[in-house]
Amino acid sequence: MKIAVCVKHVPEGTKRIDPTTKRLDRGGEGALNPFDANAVEEALRLKQATGEGEVLVVSLGPAKAQDALRKALAMGADRAVLVTDDAAAGSDLVATSRALAQALERENADLVLFGQQGNDSDGAVLGAAVADRLRRPMVSQVAEVTHADGKLTVKRQTEFGYDVIETQLPAVVAVSDAINEPRYPSLKGIMGAKSKPQATLSADDLGLTAEVVGVGGSRTEVLELKAPPSRGESRKIEDDGSAAQAIIDFLTEKRLI
Amino acid sequence: MKPADFAPPFRASDYVAPPTDPENERIDVGVLIVGAGPGGLACAIRIGQLLDDAPEIRERLGEVPVVVLEKGKAPGSHLLSGAVVNPRSLRRLFKGRKRIEDMPFYGPVEHESVYFLTANRALRIPTPPTMQNDGNHVASLARLGRWLAEQAEESGAMLLPETPAHKLLVDGGRARGVRTGDKGRGRNGEELGNFEPGADVVARVTVLAEGTQGHLTGVALERFGLQSENPQVWALGVKEVWKVAKPLDRVIHTMGWPLRPQAKYREFGGSFIYPMGDDMVTLGMVVGLDYRDVELSVHDLLQELKTHTLVRGILEGGERVAWGAKTIPEGGFVSLPKQLHAPGLLICGDGAGMVNVPALKGIHYAIESGSLAAEAAFAALRRGETPWRPGALAAYDEAIRQSFIWKDLQQVRNMRQAFGRGFWLGGAFAGAMTASRGKFPPGNTRTERDSEQELLRTDRAKSYPAPDGKLTFDKLSSVFASGNKTRDDQPNHIVIRRDVPGEVAQLWERMCPAQVYEATGDGVDVTPSNCVQCGAITAKGGRLTPPEGGSGPEYTLT
Amino acid sequence: MATLVFLEHHGSELLKGGLGVLSKAASLGDDVSGIVIGSGVRGLADEAGKFGAARVYVADDAQLEAPLPQPRVDVLAQLVRDKGADSILFANSVLAADTAAGLAARLDAGLNWDLVDIARNDGKLVGTRPALQDSVYVEVGWTSQPRIALFRTGSFDPVASGGAAETEDVPVQLEDFSTGARMVEQAHAESEGPSIEEADVVVAGGRGLGGPENFTLVEGLAKALGGAVGATRAVVDAGWYPYSTQVGQTGKTVSPKLYVACGISGAIQHKVGMQGSGVIVAINKDPNAPIFDFSDLGVVGDVHQIVPKLTELVEQRKGQ
Repeated sequence: MKIAVCVKHVPEGTKRIDPTTKRLDRGGEGALNPFDANAVEEALRLKQATGEGEVLVVSLGPAKAQDALRKALAMGADRAVLVTDDAAAGSDLVATSRALAQALERENADLVLFGQQGNDSDGAVLGAAVADRLRRPMVSQVAEVTHADGKLTVKRQTEFGYDVIETQLPAVVAVSDAINEPRYPSLKGIMGAKSKPQATLSADDLGLTAEVVGVGGSRTEVLELKAPPSRGESRKIEDDGSAAQAIIDFLTEKRLI
Repeated sequence: MKPADFAPPFRASDYVAPPTDPENERIDVGVLIVGAGPGGLACAIRIGQLLDDAPEIRERLGEVPVVVLEKGKAPGSHLLSGAVVNPRSLRRLFKGRKRIEDMPFYGPVEHESVYFLTANRALRIPTPPTMQNDGNHVASLARLGRWLAEQAEESGAMLLPETPAHKLLVDGGRARGVRTGDKGRGRNGEELGNFEPGADVVARVTVLAEGTQGHLTGVALERFGLQSENPQVWALGVKEVWKVAKPLDRVIHTMGWPLRPQAKYREFGGSFIYPMGDDMVTLGMVVGLDYRDVELSVHDLLQELKTHTLVRGILEGGERVAWGAKTIPEGGFVSLPKQLHAPGLLICGDGAGMVNVPALKGIHYAIESGSLAAEAAFAALRRGETPWRPGALAAYDEAIRQSFIWKDLQQVRNMRQAFGRGFWLGGAFAGAMTASRGKFPPGNTRTERDSEQELLRTDRAKSYPAPDGKLTFDKLSSVFASGNKTRDDQPNHIVIRRDVPGEVAQLWERMCPAQVYEATGDGVDVTPSNCVQCGAITAKGGRLTPPEGGSGPEYTLT
Repeated sequence: MATLVFLEHHGSELLKGGLGVLSKAASLGDDVSGIVIGSGVRGLADEAGKFGAARVYVADDAQLEAPLPQPRVDVLAQLVRDKGADSILFANSVLAADTAAGLAARLDAGLNWDLVDIARNDGKLVGTRPALQDSVYVEVGWTSQPRIALFRTGSFDPVASGGAAETEDVPVQLEDFSTGARMVEQAHAESEGPSIEEADVVVAGGRGLGGPENFTLVEGLAKALGGAVGATRAVVDAGWYPYSTQVGQTGKTVSPKLYVACGISGAIQHKVGMQGSGVIVAINKDPNAPIFDFSDLGVVGDVHQIVPKLTELVEQRKGQ
């Protein structure tokens, strides 16, 4: 089975929003999005289980995103593709999903895996958008995957419990962080990562024009940064035996019970 | 009572072993450098330069000629210093390649002031000659370290962060390399589902550039019998970085308050306040760990210092953006190891104790010793020698003796110890030593282990300000500001006795700037994931070992 | 402005989240339609009128029985093409997020997610999205139509305004790939109680509880409030409660409507995991505990006294 894992390079440490672009500052140190490590791990396990196939990792991001791909290679992925282009900076969901789908089309993997969300954007939306562009079945929040007879059986975690869903291949699956505990790359793995095949593609290489990538290809915008609303009047009382009742009154007033 | 009476169950020999991985599974490298600090990275860069001119030797060193192991998340993650850097060894290292202007400094020191503080006043005093900073540059060591790491990679070294050196591999009396730490162990040491064992990394030459309280440096000194007769002593430095409303135009050092001058307290130290460009300031408090009061907390003394009019004025309208802590070796010349090499092994920088306390400098010694280690290793390799033949690396010791490191440290060799006599007498002796360029007093003054100081208790803690979350902070907020987000269910990496008396437990609780210890009444509780690996516990009766790779602080501005 | 609100259902009930979004959209004075997609769901349409829908589209088809996103994308895309819509709004859920994202790709329409509010500024629709662990609020917009928005759970309360909606059936035509995933078995009930990350109420305990045995107090209150139990790092470290319940920097990040902190001092490591909560009530005997700086209601007192009483009072009210 050929598995493509989409991964994101996310800022490390204290995150800040750049006041001029009003977007997350991606200039500092970065790392592999921890949720994507679950997807890489699952891909490696699926490959291990079948004993054959290929795991490739794909990312869209700045040149530095190479670090995130390198980490996935150190974990055991076979090959990396980085789509990087200054023109692609500031891509929203519409533009990102288009560029990724374009890169994935060329690979034609049996299974495309995503992590559940970016730890920087808190979105859990890219997998479904890419699946629609690839015109493939998709399941998200997957906590278990079994591969048999050319089909996947997965356990999906929702607000209401677990669903069991079966899907034909090729498919797109977004795994939840409950699916596994990602491995630590071995020292040998880290040292060997550099010499694994790593391709870099520009928007042009994918046949994407400036109108469909980056800010130009995006349909959303960031307008303003604001301080979070203050918590309102904070009340502090001392218990004189009636505190429990005071809490009840407060919750009633806030319509929480 | 003293902490040394409660020695931890630590045996250096537990961290020395022959390689255990089968021969074909070992990671074989040319030169193995432990620690991506200024010393280790200078070493990597210098070797790279030398190998560029000797491709046949590079060839001989195999697929991976130079490797640098770093326990922190990234190069720089565990680097912290004042810092005002003397650029002389950087100039030598990058001669004809990079200029000082290319390096990430915040500019040269233009003005400096030294103050003697009392609780309400700041008396300007003449800058002692040892502290003059003409031609020196202000830096964030974490940032300088990241830059050096880039240079090292460009010069062909492979950097492996998140990789602590856990054991020293010794075989047949010679250092063979290190075994890296395991990953994925649970609270009780059990192997978790994603357990990944460490690996044997074997090398022709192993360079220990671990910095202060180097784990394997301590182990190696013991294994090869290299320790000085005088034990190493340390100070603990705690610092913050602030974004400020108005620029500071000079570097400031203070002495006196909130430390007490009386000899019986043994409170040697002071503070520093440096500008980092126009919009940032860094400030820190450094106190010798030979102090005796169980209620002394350097973290809280720094908080107290910020309430002084002089300091408050500088920080007015500002915001704390970073925090960190680290020990500084202060034994100086008399505590240097007897020998800085062993078969197959070299030791440099802070790990060896190359710090000039009166000048508040060590970074340029680390860089110089790293460069010299590289040259010695290269010379041995070029001669086609087996570097682990006894004496094959002796040229390193010789080079250090010929260098300015030796001369500088020798001159100020007795100064730190003088302050064991209290601030005033110590100051008078220090003046005489400076005037005589180290000739007075003749001979060497001995050091005493920090953990051998008898404990006493005053109600020192009463004066620590209550944290307001704006100017003054509690320890947990500080740990947060260090970027530390260590996995909580790791095994404890701090070796101490738990059944210590109240005084010792309280000493540790106050001492630790990261709230790792808590006195429980019948011993001490430990929260190892708070640890920022400053090393104070090793000075005061315990032993710090490296936790899982990538743990601890993630410094970027310190 | 024509606004379409995705109304998700579970069993025979419309979910509150979608109804809340419906009420919010109606309050903006838009021409609001709801859409119900499923099998045997025609009966649910009436309910939507009460919460502000002028019109409810119904896609009722056996193929839509399972709560899977892709057939819903097909239905919505077709409807938007046929009837037009300026905005399509979703209340977050696993199904809604996937549906919204698939629809965004299908229509090349902008999607803003994790919104907690939406308003019209000078005629322009502006959403509010908390970022960086809710420490900053970002105002976001759309540069083309239709606009798609996904709202954080519990952003709006459903407000019954009592109207009636007209119902209109919409055609169902599915893409091949949309039926490639098939439900084999739906919604095993989870263990008891909601998971901590999804619960509307989290009751958390810290060292102030005094000992592991007192977590029964926290559990009792959580049960009475229909919430989940959380714990601080200190008590997890001490082995009082499992790591899976740890809230904070190195544990879970939660943003329930109500967070009750029992015996928790409120260190920054804890705060970053729960500061996005709607209402924070803290009970702690130390009047200087930092938690009081970011609580809506702070009670200085003994958790051992107050929590059992509070539990009793909550249960009494439920009994009424």
